[in-house]
Amino acid sequence: MSSLVINNLECQRGYSQLFQNLSFQVHAQEVLRITGTNGSGKTSLLKILAGVNIQEQGDIKLDQHLVKSDEYQQEVFYLGHQAALSAELSSLENLEFLSALNQPVTREVLIQALEDIGLKGYTDEACANLSAGQKRRVILASLFVSKAKVWLLDEPFTALDPKGVKIVESRIAQHCANGGMCLFTTHQDSALPNQRTIAL
Amino acid sequence: MNIYLQTLSRDLRIALRNPSSVLNPLLFFIISVSLFPLAISPEAETLSQIAAGIIWVASMLAVLLSLNALFHHDFENGVLEQMVTSHHSLPLLILSKITAHWLLTGIPIILLSPLLGVFLFLDDEGIKVLMITLLLATPSLSLIGSIGASLIVGIKNSGMLLSLLILPLYIPILIFASSAVSQAQFGLDISSQLYFLALFLVLSLMSAPFVSAIALKISLE
Repeated sequence: MSSLVINNLECQRGYSQLFQNLSFQVHAQEVLRITGTNGSGKTSLLKILAGVNIQEQGDIKLDQHLVKSDEYQQEVFYLGHQAALSAELSSLENLEFLSALNQPVTREVLIQALEDIGLKGYTDEACANLSAGQKRRVILASLFVSKAKVWLLDEPFTALDPKGVKIVESRIAQHCANGGMCLFTTHQDSALPNQRTIAL
Repeated sequence: MNIYLQTLSRDLRIALRNPSSVLNPLLFFIISVSLFPLAISPEAETLSQIAAGIIWVASMLAVLLSLNALFHHDFENGVLEQMVTSHHSLPLLILSKITAHWLLTGIPIILLSPLLGVFLFLDDEGIKVLMITLLLATPSLSLIGSIGASLIVGIKNSGMLLSLLILPLYIPILIFASSAVSQAQFGLDISSQLYFLALFLVLSLMSAPFVSAIALKISLE
């Protein structure tokens, strides 16, 4: 069974120390909810785990593969604050590119994924014309078609309507039931199966 | 289609749907070259002497003008973050973006140069060599420029900084390219200049994508 092991992590932003000696483990089928006040380092933590930011100290391993190694990055999907969409491209074109960056899948799968997340009829719409919630749904669709084992989601529920939140929650539960793991930050209450909460 | 070709076609598609970002540097190129005859002298003798220099300086500034956009949008909308976190080779992804940039600025400049050469009374031999030097050196301009563009990504109003970082690196290219054209006009041998431009291309091709990848990772921190 795979697990994500974080040992003695330390993070500094500017002159302030956000956290130090942070150690925890996440195993397959587990959901880790990360809470904390604004500026407590939730996003920084996820960015370090995603391999965007450099950790000052400590190590991060997924099944013996260190962060930033190809094997690690292949198994990790990071969803940041921004929608990662180009305004000029349609939602399908954006989704095609984003999924190709992780694991390429066929066009039919992508169209189905857009329909599943409630964007039926918007596949050829330029992303400039989509609402914030709809943009969010496009990148969530790319998350759902990826074959990554570890999901790192930074505020996945922002801009989503209650129905959208339900969809995301059920997909997280499904992903973990299939042996994946999910780490997400949120300020909202959520009760997913196998969920643990840590506060920064 | 593999991811690197897909990155290339994505950048081309975005540019074609937003043509003003591509046309601005090219219009700048045409306008700045065509102002010189008005300001200096419309005489064929004077113009043919300075034609190569004018066209080369203008194309360099046009490339510089277009560099800001190379990574800016992908940084703003978070696509760069996705590129950095993917398991694909970041230098190769960047090389695809640089190739798209060259196709959108370098190629049009090369195609426009004979027209502007005629405009400035450059002779046939001069125009031929001008096009060869542009073909050899505009890829280097895009490659070296990507280093600067990746260093300044995320900094507001960084146009001045980009020029300061990049122009010194462009100057050897400018000197060798324009001297090749003026020597060719006198019927002299230009192989040494062309070899130098080729060397610069190979060096920048080997180093720029890697340096840009490191710079981008630092900028995303």
